[in-house]
Amino acid sequence: MKELKILAIVVFFTLLTYWGVEPFAHSKMHKHVEFKNFAYSDLPALTKTGDPAKGQELVMGAGACVGCHSIKAAGVPSPMDPNMAASSYGVTPPDLSQVGALLDDRFLAEMIKNPTKAMMLKHKFDGTTRVFPMPAFMGAGGDIDQEVADMVAYFKSIAKPDELTPKVAYEDSCARCHANRYGNITQIGEVPKTKTNIVTNKDVDLLKFKIKVANYQADLVHYLGKLPPDLSIMIRARSENFMKTFVEDPESQLPGTAMPRVGLSKEGYDKVISYLEETGDPSKKDRESLGPWVLGFFAIFTILALLWKKSIWKDLH
Amino acid sequence: MAIKKERRDFLGMALGGFTALGGIAALGAAKRTWDPLPSVMAAGYSTIDLSAAKPNVLNVEKWRGKPIFILKKSPDMKKDPREVIVGDNRYLICIGLCTHLGCIPSYFPKEHKFKCACHGGQFDASGRVLKSPPPIPLVIPPFKIEGEKVVIGEAGEEYKKLKADGLTV
Amino acid sequence: MAHFTKATSVHDWLNQRLAIDSVRKVLATEYWIPKNINFLWAMGMILAVTFGLLLISGIFLLMYYKPDTKLAFDSVNYTIMSQVGYGWLWRHIHAVAASVVFLIIYIHMFTGIYYGSYKKGREMIWISGMLLFVTFSGEAFSGYMLPWGQMSYWAGMVITDIFSLGALHLDGLVEWIRGNFVPGDAFLNRFFMLHVVLLPLAVMALIVLHFATLRIPHVNNQDGEEIDFKEESQKYLSGNTKNSKVIRFQFDFLSKDIVVLGFFLIFFFYLVFYHFEFAMDPVNFDPADGLKTPTHIYPEWYFLWTYEILRPFPKNPGLLAFGFAQVIFIFLPFLDRSPNVAPANKRGAFKIWFWLLLLTMVTLTIFGKLPPEGVFTTYGTITASFFILLWLSLPIITKFEKPIGGK
Repeated sequence: MKELKILAIVVFFTLLTYWGVEPFAHSKMHKHVEFKNFAYSDLPALTKTGDPAKGQELVMGAGACVGCHSIKAAGVPSPMDPNMAASSYGVTPPDLSQVGALLDDRFLAEMIKNPTKAMMLKHKFDGTTRVFPMPAFMGAGGDIDQEVADMVAYFKSIAKPDELTPKVAYEDSCARCHANRYGNITQIGEVPKTKTNIVTNKDVDLLKFKIKVANYQADLVHYLGKLPPDLSIMIRARSENFMKTFVEDPESQLPGTAMPRVGLSKEGYDKVISYLEETGDPSKKDRESLGPWVLGFFAIFTILALLWKKSIWKDLH
Repeated sequence: MAIKKERRDFLGMALGGFTALGGIAALGAAKRTWDPLPSVMAAGYSTIDLSAAKPNVLNVEKWRGKPIFILKKSPDMKKDPREVIVGDNRYLICIGLCTHLGCIPSYFPKEHKFKCACHGGQFDASGRVLKSPPPIPLVIPPFKIEGEKVVIGEAGEEYKKLKADGLTV
Repeated sequence: MAHFTKATSVHDWLNQRLAIDSVRKVLATEYWIPKNINFLWAMGMILAVTFGLLLISGIFLLMYYKPDTKLAFDSVNYTIMSQVGYGWLWRHIHAVAASVVFLIIYIHMFTGIYYGSYKKGREMIWISGMLLFVTFSGEAFSGYMLPWGQMSYWAGMVITDIFSLGALHLDGLVEWIRGNFVPGDAFLNRFFMLHVVLLPLAVMALIVLHFATLRIPHVNNQDGEEIDFKEESQKYLSGNTKNSKVIRFQFDFLSKDIVVLGFFLIFFFYLVFYHFEFAMDPVNFDPADGLKTPTHIYPEWYFLWTYEILRPFPKNPGLLAFGFAQVIFIFLPFLDRSPNVAPANKRGAFKIWFWLLLLTMVTLTIFGKLPPEGVFTTYGTITASFFILLWLSLPIITKFEKPIGGK
């Protein structure tokens, strides 16, 4: 039929144009970066089986991890507030309660032994002109690989993957550098609920909090060279492939970036992404539930219209 | 011919009716778009500490953008079932908007009276109307007593009782 | 004063005052459309409905949008997309409709070119249509500024820069348009005004004009046949509907339109719910930053072909070529020297010209989005030059076209 032939031509040129300006153009615009499935194969695998009890001693030992890091799950509070931490180190040292659930084992082990290698920051911190705030673990006298394996085993023993909500995963992995204003999260934590003073008409507590955030950000900028972007809707601004390859190996997408490798495991990454979806694409659920109804409505509409047209055109042909 | 025409009309009407259904659904969506935002609804709570209140001094707080009057009664002020008892003290808690047309009345401590400048309405220290035009007493917002604090926006036992007794709308 | 009698019904009351029966006759029941048409003739109705969708969704967006460089981005991406009930739906409809409307406009335009619907008394239909196209382009561009993302900002920068007109260096004009040295608050506010007031008014006025231009020459048909509308409508009214070459607008033509519309809306809402990314570029989800140009900047797909005519040449010739491409379509009725009103496939060389034009436009569109490097630039330059050559050759090839039917 003639109309079908015309339709085929219209569809052909529409699809050709679509193919050209979307899949084809984007394949030419963005270099292809292979996703390695969070394997971290450039780091050595753990060969020893660790003992959590021994690991605990090492982690809690004088001058060890807890000198700088909090471990809330084990009742170890932060030794300093975020502002003091940022002015000392550039950024708050992460809480270690959930690192066993969030990070890859290889990465975690290397992070203890050789942090700048694990985080791929060797080019920025050569150890002489600039020293990375976290010192490498030099061993406690025994077999260093065994000791590292013990510490990793300890972190895995205290981590609770079931309690790791997407929000906590985000806070532990990203939030010390990246704010998420749609999620009400700043680099020093969630924006507190404060009240405007009825007489002064000023929310003094909020202003104080904002000053703290600003001071923290100033230290962070000094440390990283720039303020890392807010991640509220990053999920819409970057492709899925960009997100995972960038997290897995930041240099592969942005050579020279201030972003370190953070060493998320597959599970940890999925949790972080599901939080970014919550803040960046909250309508997903509504879209999926409403879509079939609307399409169904127009399908019936079209059928009724077809019948109606047929009945009218009966007299015309 | 007549039968054919009937069928055509029926189909046209079916299409029209079906389209109208879709239109009504779209109106429903449009109505939702006009609703207050979740952030507005979430701001519906305000906690007020009563421990610092002084007798016969009016405190003003804010709840949902409206002024909330809190008046700790001095012993010489007369008792009223509308008042809220926290510990040993009696309080007036009400929305500080005249029930006539929504202006904010001022408190005159010596007279123990609220006077509205807009249209001359007057209320006593328990929010009851002394002089019209206000048709009803000052409105008591939903509240809940938690020790020395009162949460405005949440309906506690005391509020439910006041409401059940018809002492506020 | 006219003579009024006591009304027998509401209908009669209105009829005496507004002549609703006559108006309905003129505009609908005795507005005659050729029977020999295909679904491409429904594009006008689809455009009207899509414009309606844009208008309605736009009204809802307008209630929460804030035209302020500090607030615009979050008012769209946070308030509308996550706080307002169904805000996301209005935004998706608005964004997808803004893109799809151009697809339909292009189909509508090429239908006109293919069937020669711009000739012999139908020139004003074409001209008013092209004016609508230009105004719609302004509407689309100004709307694209509003979310104030990276693409908004940089498109605003690049496009307003064009008004310096190359060697003429009218930098003062550019600053005047922006109200600032760079796109800023004043710029965003005036483009907001253009998008929600001035241009929509112009679009609506032009739509009325476009409809009016159809009235006297009537709609063309699939064979370019000259129909005696008076005679054919008499035939229809006397009951000989089967042999009449014309149909009523209401509901004969309309019922067919609505069927096509139904299929279109299925396609449209499929895009709205499941495939909207093409209309909402990821780059625009980064907030505007005047000190960082995105790695790739490109206009929305419907402007790519003109962009590609601007891009591969040096600045001044590029601007001339761009200017040429902007205005040349409007002169089509006068560049086509052949007296034939017929589908392109019956018109010899013009048939080849038509398909080449379509292919050139598609090619330019695709090249317009590719990074301007290496072979892409070379092919882009060739295609853009070819586009200009095609238009220059049109008067010549149509001059030698044989009249159809020995006329």
